[in-house]
Amino acid sequence: MSLANAFTMVFVSLGALAFFASWVGLLRFPDALSRLHALSKADNLGLGLVVVGLLPQASWPFGVLKLVALWLVSVLIGGATGQMLAGVIHANAGQISDDRETRPDTGAKSAARANPETAS
Amino acid sequence: MPGLPLPDPRWADVPLALASLGLALWLTLTRRDRAAVIGFTGYGLLVGLVWVRLGSVDVALTEAALGGGLMGLLLLIAVRRLGDGTALSPPPALLTRLLVGLLCLAVTLGLAAVVLGLPSPAPSLVEAVAQHQALTELGNPVAAVLIAFRAVDTLLESVVLALAVIVLWSFGADRAWGLRPRALDIGPPSSALLLLGRLLPPVGLIVGVHLFWTGADHPGGPFQGGAVLAAMAALVWLTRLGEPPPVDDWLTRLGIVVGPLLFLVIGLSGVVVADAFLGYPEAFTKPLILLIETAKTLSIAVALALLVAGPPELPGSMSTGQPATTESRVTG
Repeated sequence: MSLANAFTMVFVSLGALAFFASWVGLLRFPDALSRLHALSKADNLGLGLVVVGLLPQASWPFGVLKLVALWLVSVLIGGATGQMLAGVIHANAGQISDDRETRPDTGAKSAARANPETAS
Repeated sequence: MPGLPLPDPRWADVPLALASLGLALWLTLTRRDRAAVIGFTGYGLLVGLVWVRLGSVDVALTEAALGGGLMGLLLLIAVRRLGDGTALSPPPALLTRLLVGLLCLAVTLGLAAVVLGLPSPAPSLVEAVAQHQALTELGNPVAAVLIAFRAVDTLLESVVLALAVIVLWSFGADRAWGLRPRALDIGPPSSALLLLGRLLPPVGLIVGVHLFWTGADHPGGPFQGGAVLAAMAALVWLTRLGEPPPVDDWLTRLGIVVGPLLFLVIGLSGVVVADAFLGYPEAFTKPLILLIETAKTLSIAVALALLVAGPPELPGSMSTGQPATTESRVTG
């Protein structure tokens, strides 16, 4: 196994680990803002690690530049939409009482999403 | 990587299939309009990934750009008009639910019967396309089919987009005729959105034009490129860095029709100079295709952007807020 392939395997695996960690955070974190934080980490760190890992496999120069550009755009959009979502959550916090049930304090995401519908 | 015991790559499809089915089920069950629309946008991206796994990157790009992106934006605007999106919509009557369920079941069973009943190997025109693809000088067989072998379908599609804009505009109030569309004018943008509106359009312009240009030999094409360009226009309008043009702006109208018109004119001239309607003379096939595709990209971008921008409206009609929430919910 060549050095480049080993490098790719290590970094892509690390990226996958970061994605997995943020997925756990998305399921387990208590409130919406923390979950958003976990999700932003996946975009930035996980994708960044995967992109770094794939760099030795990409063609020079355009393949490499495209991968880096992809990561930069993803960071920009992930950061901006995260800010917007957080703004909406902040604005709604405490204002609408029944909104609470869309983001309950504990429990898995799927169960939390399904509950308000099936209960009614 | 040789020598490594890698698992069958098809295992990667299992989570994808589960996610699509799970999300589809949740989308059907949820009664929160805004959450459903956001979920639907994500669903478009999932379906895009499914198309990638099926090897149809062209379809995947279209699904992600149109089904995921622009469609999601349209639906979000619709939800905003119907209400604040936080209240539950009333449950439909039992009979309605039963009828809808039966209808969906019939569609699913029908599709399953058609797909499962295909003879094996399935009838395919792949060989015919591969045989004649060289005539078009296009490297992407999808592009060859769209612009040459089945050009009449593509022509009709581009005409449909222009018609859709006309229909949308006709929903505007009489007094608003000649004014600007205002569906995207939803108040001052947040600072994050403003940053996005300033940084993203230059990148999106390059990506959109690249998607169109590369469509000759690789996945991409006028629809995918045009959708990205339209999204950039919508972003600029959403952030109030620019305004959609008034509906009586002749340059805008020209932009809508130039693609279908050029396509039609070149197609008609094919009756004289080539041997058939929509036939290209052999010496000029590639230049003519390039010309049509360029005009088509422009028209698709303009039409899609205007479809998102909505019908012409009087100033202030959007910002006055949320008309008749309960009534529109019941009827919609």
